[in-house]
Amino acid sequence: MDIHEYQAKEILSNFGVAVPTGALAYSPEQAAYRARELGGDKWIVKAQIHAGGRGKAGGVKLCSSEGEIYEACNALFGRKLVTHQTGAEGKGIYRVYVESAVPIDREIYLGFVLDRTSQRVMIVASSEGGMEIEDISAEKPDSIVRSTVEPAVGLQEFQAREIAFQLGLEPGLIQQMVRTLQGCYAAFSELDATMVEINPLVITGDKRVLALDAKMSFDDNALFRHPQISELRDKSQEDPRESRAADRGLSYVGLDGNIGCIVNGAGLAMATMDTIKLAGGEPANFLDIGGGASPERVTKAFRLVLSDDNVQAILVNIFAGINRCDWVAEGVVQALRELQIDIPVVVRLAGTNVEEGQKILAKSGLPIIRATSLMEAAERAVRAWQNDLTQNTKMRAV
Amino acid sequence: MSILLDRDTKVIVQGITGRMARFHTKDMLNYGTNVVGGVVPGKGGETVEGLPVFDTVKQAVEATGAEASLVFVPPPFAADSIMEAADSGIRYCVCITDGIPAQDMIRVKRYMYRYPRDRRMVLTGPNCAGTISPGKALLGIMPGHIYLQGPVGIIGRSGTLGYEAAAQLKARGIGVSTSVGIGGDPINGSSFRDILERFEQDDETSVIAMIGEIGGPQEAEAAAFIRDHVTKPVVAYVAGLTAPKGRTMGHAGAIISAFGESASEKVEILSAAGVTVAENPAVIGETIAHVMERAA
Repeated sequence: MDIHEYQAKEILSNFGVAVPTGALAYSPEQAAYRARELGGDKWIVKAQIHAGGRGKAGGVKLCSSEGEIYEACNALFGRKLVTHQTGAEGKGIYRVYVESAVPIDREIYLGFVLDRTSQRVMIVASSEGGMEIEDISAEKPDSIVRSTVEPAVGLQEFQAREIAFQLGLEPGLIQQMVRTLQGCYAAFSELDATMVEINPLVITGDKRVLALDAKMSFDDNALFRHPQISELRDKSQEDPRESRAADRGLSYVGLDGNIGCIVNGAGLAMATMDTIKLAGGEPANFLDIGGGASPERVTKAFRLVLSDDNVQAILVNIFAGINRCDWVAEGVVQALRELQIDIPVVVRLAGTNVEEGQKILAKSGLPIIRATSLMEAAERAVRAWQNDLTQNTKMRAV
Repeated sequence: MSILLDRDTKVIVQGITGRMARFHTKDMLNYGTNVVGGVVPGKGGETVEGLPVFDTVKQAVEATGAEASLVFVPPPFAADSIMEAADSGIRYCVCITDGIPAQDMIRVKRYMYRYPRDRRMVLTGPNCAGTISPGKALLGIMPGHIYLQGPVGIIGRSGTLGYEAAAQLKARGIGVSTSVGIGGDPINGSSFRDILERFEQDDETSVIAMIGEIGGPQEAEAAAFIRDHVTKPVVAYVAGLTAPKGRTMGHAGAIISAFGESASEKVEILSAAGVTVAENPAVIGETIAHVMERAA
C-alpha cells in the first residue's frame, strides 16, 4: 500500500527524521491560509499523488506570494497529473502540501528496500540526489553506496556512519545523518514498510539534514497489525476496479487489451495472458480468483471483468486442484444467465471433476465455447473476438 | 530415494484442526503419505482423522518421531510456527500459508541460520502448493492424480501452473520424480538454485523443469548455477511476458522492479546458461519431451 508524501513525512518525523515545516491543504484558499501560518516568503506547493516524477510533470511549484499560491493551486486541484510512474491516465490531485522553501547546499539519494538477493533490508544511498535511482545506476553507478541490515540486531551506528562518510559528508553532519538513517530503518521495520525513499535528502545552507521528499510503501500482508497505516489508504489514487477487486478478495490488474481473463492461480493467470498474446490477441486484465472458487465468486469475477468497457471476449481458464470444475461450471452458467453476457465466452476446465463440469456447460444450452487445452482456449478466444468484431463492424456498416 | 521426502517420511501437520488442513490431511493420507499427527497449541489430546494432536511440535516429534511438517497456520502466526518446527528437530518443512509479512520471513530465515548446516531445517514455501514425489508421498495441497511417476524433477513458483505442466507431461505418458513448489513470495525458504542442487544429485531425476515468473533474482541465480554446476538437461518456462512493469501480479513476489526481473530478460539469461526455454506455457510438456528424446 502506498501513502502520500505528507503522511510519510509525518511518520518519519515521529521516528526522528528532520523534515521541512509544511501544512496540508484541500483547496487553494486553505493553501494560501496555511502558507501565511507557516510564515516566510517562499513556499513550495506540492501535488499529493501516489507516484514519483511530480516535479518534471509540473506538480511541484515554487511560489513567493499568496497570489502565486492561488495560481499554482488552481492549476493543480482537480487535475490529473501524468508522470512517468502514473501511466497515461494519470492520478487525480485532491490535496496539496505547502512547505517552507529551504536553501539547499547538497542533494543526496536515500532508499530502503527489501533486497531479495540477500533477503534482508538494504540501504541504497548516492551523492547524486534529485535524480531517479534508475538514472543514477545507469549514469553514475560508482556514486551508489549499499549496505544490508542484519535483522537480528537492526541497523548499527557504525553502519550508518560508514554510509555517511562514504557519501562525503563533513564531520559536523555525521551525527544528523546517523539519526536520519536510524529513524528511517526504525520506521521501516516497525511499520512493515516495503520501501522508504527520500529523494532528495538535502543539506541546507544552515547545515541541517532534511528530508525534502519522502515516499513510503507498506506490506499489504502486514497491515493486519498496523491499523493506523490502513487508515492512510487513499482510494482516489487507486484504479477503482482494482480496489473493488481487492475488497472482494480477488486479485485484479487492469491492462489495455480486449480479452478478459478469469483464472485460478497467479502463475497460471500470467501464463494464460501470455498464451492469448501468442495467439494474436491482447489480454484485458490479470485476474486470479484463488482457490475454492464458489459459483458466487465466479459471478463476481465476471462482473469485474465486464466493468471494463474494452472487454470484447472472455476466457475462463481453471485448473482445479482444491477447486472443483463442476462448481466453476455452475458459476459460469449462473453468471452468464444473471449478467446476460452478449460477448463470446470461452471456458477451459482441467483437473478435479472435469467431466461433470463439461456436462454442466453443455447442458446449459448457453453459447459457451469450450476448449480442452490452454493453447486451444487462447486461440478460440482470439478467433471469437475477431469474428465478433467483424460481425459488429458489418452490422454497423449496414 | 527421491529428494526431500519419501514413502516413509513421518509427517505432522501444524494447524491440523483448521478446515483446509483437515481436508488436505485426509487427502495426503489417501495418497499414502505417512502422516503421524498434528500440532495445535491448546488442542493437545484431540484427534483428527484418527491422528493425535499435540500442543507443541517438540511433543509431537518426541511422541511420533516426525521428521517433516506441513504448516497450515494463518498468516499472523505462520512465521512463529515455522521457527517452532526449526527448533524442534523437524528436517523438512513445507509452508502453504499465503500472506505472511515479508519481514516475518526475513526473521524466519535469520532464525534458521542459528543452526549448523547439518541440523538446519529445509523450508520450502511459503505461499506454495507443496512437494510431491508421485507414487510415494505428497506434502501439500496439489491433486495427486495429475502426476505420473517418472524422471522429471519440477521446481515451480506457482501452484496451478505447476499442475498445468504435470498434466501436459501425463498426457504424453511422462512422469515426475519430485515436484517442489518454492512459492510466490519475495522472501522464500528455498530458491530454484537450492532445489536444482538436490535434483542434480538425485538418481531418480534425469531432466529438470523450472517454472519461473516475473520478479526477483532467483531465476538469474539459478541460471548461473546451472551454467557452472548442473550436468542434467534443464527446461524452463517463465510466466509474465505480458505483465506490466511495477505491478504486482497476484503473487506478492511477482513484480518487475529491477533489470533482469522481466520474463523476457529471464528467458535471455536462462537461454545463455544453456537452458532450453519453452516459449509458451502450452508447450512445456512438449519441450520436456523433446529434450528427453535428445538426451536418450
